[in-house]
Amino acid sequence: MSLLSAILVLLVLALGCGVVLSQLARKFGADEPALVDRIDALLPQTQCGQCGHPGCRPYATAIAEGEAINRCPPGGDATIRSLARLLGQAPLPLDPTHGKEDVRKVAYIRENECIGCTKCVKACPVDAILGAAKHMHTVITSECTGCDLCVAPCPVDCIDMIPLKNEHQRWHWPRPDAAEARHQLIASDRLHEARA
Amino acid sequence: MADILLLLVGAILVNNVVLTQYLGLSSLMGAGGSVQPALGMSALVVGVLTLSAGLNHLLYHYLLVPLELAYLRTLVFILVIALLVAGVDLVLRKREPLWHKRLGTQLPLVAANSAILGVTLLNSERIDNFFIALLSGFGAAVGFGLVLILFAALRERLMLAAIPRAFQGSAISLVTAGLMALAFMGFAGLV
Repeated sequence: MSLLSAILVLLVLALGCGVVLSQLARKFGADEPALVDRIDALLPQTQCGQCGHPGCRPYATAIAEGEAINRCPPGGDATIRSLARLLGQAPLPLDPTHGKEDVRKVAYIRENECIGCTKCVKACPVDAILGAAKHMHTVITSECTGCDLCVAPCPVDCIDMIPLKNEHQRWHWPRPDAAEARHQLIASDRLHEARA
Repeated sequence: MADILLLLVGAILVNNVVLTQYLGLSSLMGAGGSVQPALGMSALVVGVLTLSAGLNHLLYHYLLVPLELAYLRTLVFILVIALLVAGVDLVLRKREPLWHKRLGTQLPLVAANSAILGVTLLNSERIDNFFIALLSGFGAAVGFGLVLILFAALRERLMLAAIPRAFQGSAISLVTAGLMALAFMGFAGLV
């Protein structure tokens, strides 16, 4: 009898804990952070703020809560398409109020004109500018996301945005012409097209 | 009022969980050597320990004792603590993702914290008043947090100190903890 009640009490308690946790999980949406992570992974991580959010992750959070997916100019069409696929929405054209898609650029400081004011260092969202007060600054090219945020603060206008040349790490096949591609679709592509 | 104050001082300083009862040493050593995460972990422990002290007290006195199942309390208490930590994990992840990122690695240390289980187990026999149980749980947690923060600050300094090679790492940490325990013995006559 006592053994039975012991088993029963433990069972009921464990069940109760499970129910409480599952209710909490439902209420607090345990899967949503995973969604934010997946959206964040698709964004270009330029941290440029052109979408109106202070960085890519805040925008990812906003998208997860229902904001439009077409506000990321650096990501451009490709990002909008992959976001649309992830979220099961129709891909929209890029919202022109947030900027237009451009080639990837990288900041370049004309070093003999730099006065060492550290204003661009503070503006850089990814810490890609190296330098101290009254010393020349320079950009760590591999860290620079080309977000443009350092150009405006520079008092002597010594920062250029240089378009990146296509190197083999970044090179993509040019997209096929849409009209020509239509009759080259394979069966699995039709599904994507129908969904789009 | 004076009773409550005495109880708190007793739980925080005189009968400090870590330094006089030697509970939760593993999390003390595992919590790392900087103050910032120690602050977060102390906050977590205060929350979880206070809640579990209350819940466990209710379960023990109104469920296990009437059914003559007092011997099951270890199992039941572990269940309650795990539930609370998992709940905190869920809520934190949704409401404060940045905090979750910072504290996420320490949640297992809270879940497997012998201080929490030990305090609730010891209190279950000694205390038969819900309010007192809650309060002494809170006091024990604050004592744990205090030692955790002090210890983290000490370890921050140890990191910069010239320590003989034989004492480096956990050896000097244990020596430090022992010296802290000696210092806390000075509170013995306070209550």
